[in-house]
Amino acid sequence: MFESLTDRFDGILGRLKGKGRLTEDDVAEAMREIRLALLEADVHFNVVDRFIERTRERCFGADVADSLTPGQQVVKVVNEELTTILGGESFQVAYSSKPPTVVLMAGLQGSGKTTSSAKLARWFKSQGRNPLLVGADLQRPAAVDQLKTLAQRLDIPVFSAPESAVESARGGLIEAQQTGRDVLIVDTAGRLTVDNALMDEIAEISDAVDPDHTFLIVDAMTGQDAVNTAEAFHATLELDAIILTKLDGDARGGAALSVKEVVGRPIAFASTGERLEDFDQFHPDRMAERILGMGDVLTLIEKAEEVFEQEAAEAATQRLLEGTFTLDDFVEQLRQVRQMGDLSSIVSMMPGAPKEMKDADVDEREIDRVEAIVLSMTPEERIDPEIVDGSRRARIARGSGTTPTQVSNLLKQFKEMRKAMKGIAGLGSKSKGRKSKAKKGKKGKKNSNKGGNSRVQPKEAPKMPKIDIEGLDLTLPGR
Amino acid sequence: MNTTLLIIVFVALMLLLALLPWMHRAWTERRGSALSQRMPFEDGKEQAPESIEGPKPSDDSVAVATQDQCSNSESHSLRTKISKARGLLSSRLRDIRRGPVGPQVWDQIEELLILADVGVQTTFDTVGRLRQTVEEKEPSEGATLLDLLKKQMIGDLSRDRELKRLASEGRVPVWLFVGVNGVGKTTSIGKVARRFNDDGLRVLLAAGDTFRAAATEQLEQWAETSGSELVRGSEGADPSSVIFDAAEAALARKVDVVLADTAGRLHNKVNLMEELAKVRRVADREPGEVLEVLLVIDATTGQNGLNQAREFSEAVDVTGVVLTKLDGSAKGGIVFAIEQELGLPVKLVGLGEGDRDLVDFDPEQFVEALFGDD
Repeated sequence: MFESLTDRFDGILGRLKGKGRLTEDDVAEAMREIRLALLEADVHFNVVDRFIERTRERCFGADVADSLTPGQQVVKVVNEELTTILGGESFQVAYSSKPPTVVLMAGLQGSGKTTSSAKLARWFKSQGRNPLLVGADLQRPAAVDQLKTLAQRLDIPVFSAPESAVESARGGLIEAQQTGRDVLIVDTAGRLTVDNALMDEIAEISDAVDPDHTFLIVDAMTGQDAVNTAEAFHATLELDAIILTKLDGDARGGAALSVKEVVGRPIAFASTGERLEDFDQFHPDRMAERILGMGDVLTLIEKAEEVFEQEAAEAATQRLLEGTFTLDDFVEQLRQVRQMGDLSSIVSMMPGAPKEMKDADVDEREIDRVEAIVLSMTPEERIDPEIVDGSRRARIARGSGTTPTQVSNLLKQFKEMRKAMKGIAGLGSKSKGRKSKAKKGKKGKKNSNKGGNSRVQPKEAPKMPKIDIEGLDLTLPGR
Repeated sequence: MNTTLLIIVFVALMLLLALLPWMHRAWTERRGSALSQRMPFEDGKEQAPESIEGPKPSDDSVAVATQDQCSNSESHSLRTKISKARGLLSSRLRDIRRGPVGPQVWDQIEELLILADVGVQTTFDTVGRLRQTVEEKEPSEGATLLDLLKKQMIGDLSRDRELKRLASEGRVPVWLFVGVNGVGKTTSIGKVARRFNDDGLRVLLAAGDTFRAAATEQLEQWAETSGSELVRGSEGADPSSVIFDAAEAALARKVDVVLADTAGRLHNKVNLMEELAKVRRVADREPGEVLEVLLVIDATTGQNGLNQAREFSEAVDVTGVVLTKLDGSAKGGIVFAIEQELGLPVKLVGLGEGDRDLVDFDPEQFVEALFGDD
């Protein structure tokens, strides 16, 4: 998501950052490149021009802060403008004082309304609410069936009246009031903005249920037309926010930037995968930082908080630092990391993660194999991998459906990692239990690198991306 | 933020860091070896389809059927439908047409093309070539310039757009529909089925989208409205086997063509693309013979459409593109890049929700509708 844009900005701004003085030409050249990068990312033509205009003015007009070089100043301005364009503050869902809180979903065909409706219902449920879904898409064959199937998995009821979309919505509202459901999500049929009959219909639905929030669902892969669509829907319905879907593709997400800029409404939620839980609130400031290659530590921490069992993780960390970390711990932690979501999406949130690593095709099945290998080991072997010899290796390979080479590779990596961790712990132990620990650890790593004795990657993997531990800044942004 | 949390994240990061190179290498190894030999752990189940896959029938044994040329009224509707939605472009077109050919006109044309989703690279290339032509011919009017532009763009779209429908002796022709989520694969299948039925051909629909909830029900309704047969699997079933079963059923029931649906998938999901490659291999096993692999692309798609076309082509050897939802305000300009960079022809165009709103792609009508007179 947004990766290619990130790469481009990295390159363009990287050249500026280092410079102590900027000429007008430097800035003009950077602006020209940023313009092309944004156009290639499908940001709307007019939005790009306005963005460039504003940024250029600020780059020349603003007082240069003492602490920043002119290059850094440009990065700061671009960052702030990007944050503005993405929507500034995060969208806050307000609940109606007279339940149910009604949410209307609108969008083009195939933008992902039905799936998003189910995902949004799941999100409300996770917030302790009691949602009811309304299937008001009577256009597409089996759309209501799709909603019902998804809702069943979430154990959320669906209301639908086969005679008309407007009746479905109206009936759903009554149903929600009677059954004490406090959130009503109305899924509607996809429609083209040039189709007047259907645009009238959704306006009628909107009048019937008087929604507290009207969301426009936008496919992240949309091109220049995203703006026309958003404008037309906004004119008919008065949108409150955008839901961005299919962000797990490799689209550069220009549509997101354009839509926000044109209708002036924030992106409230983003959908990042096929699973129903791959859906979360959208934080524009974090996304801007991610585009500028600064990572997204806050989201990472939130995800970790959701998934990790604190005590177990703490104990494992302790063992990791003492060097008594076992393969059992490893698999346990690995499982929890996976619960945080797609590995590539986690990596993309890591600040300073090298580009090669972000680009690496991570096949989730490889992790299954890692798990299989460990699970095929005896408890003794898991505690002390040193005892694994040729015949044990062959047995483990057979048991896990892998090859002995793969088994020994894994064990080697594991040992290297354990050693590296111990090195870090040794150097950072003074500040144990303090916030500065991560930083110390980083420093320790730096020192040990000089000694050349601990490498996370084995030597025989020259093709592997070099891991830039020093670039890993674990301090929180803004602190 | 409390300390433990930071440590947890730290551990997570370290684990990832330690693990990623290993996985990455395993993956590259696997990809490399897939070309020459298969990894041992992939034997077993996978072996069967591989060994059966024989040499492809030679080209001369495949009789080629040209799709009936669409009637005049259909091409007319392609043009009128796109023109109707052109909206925002028309005022810019008027400016160019009425204005003189000065330095500003190149910016105007660039803007026009970019707004039509033609893409930055293709736009620069197109305008560059147009400038060369102009230096030779020196037109003085914007209208002449636009004509030259249209001519050049139509020329860029000259390609073979035949749809193959006749398989070798004893085989069943299979058309596979692939694409990312929500582009209109199932709907396009319904419309193609309708076209075949209008031509008096018997069609069987294979419900190969076993992932999305109620995808089969959606196809079922299309089977009913288009009067086609349907072969379905249960939700979560192996799509390859559903399509293979469909081909066998088609042979037994003497059906003329199998239209196979597949689950929408983003082209950057390695596993899902591998699954699709397998679907294609299995669908091509006797009695089935894959004659068309049609990539369905939504006209609202921006520059990502090119990535889609590239990745899907690599995985399943796409034979043509179906451009859907062209009746909206989107222009579908990305097809220029797809045709030029990848040589993939657009074969069909979806123009609306009716079951007959699918027509053959006609470059002249398409370009004329984009940049022509009102």
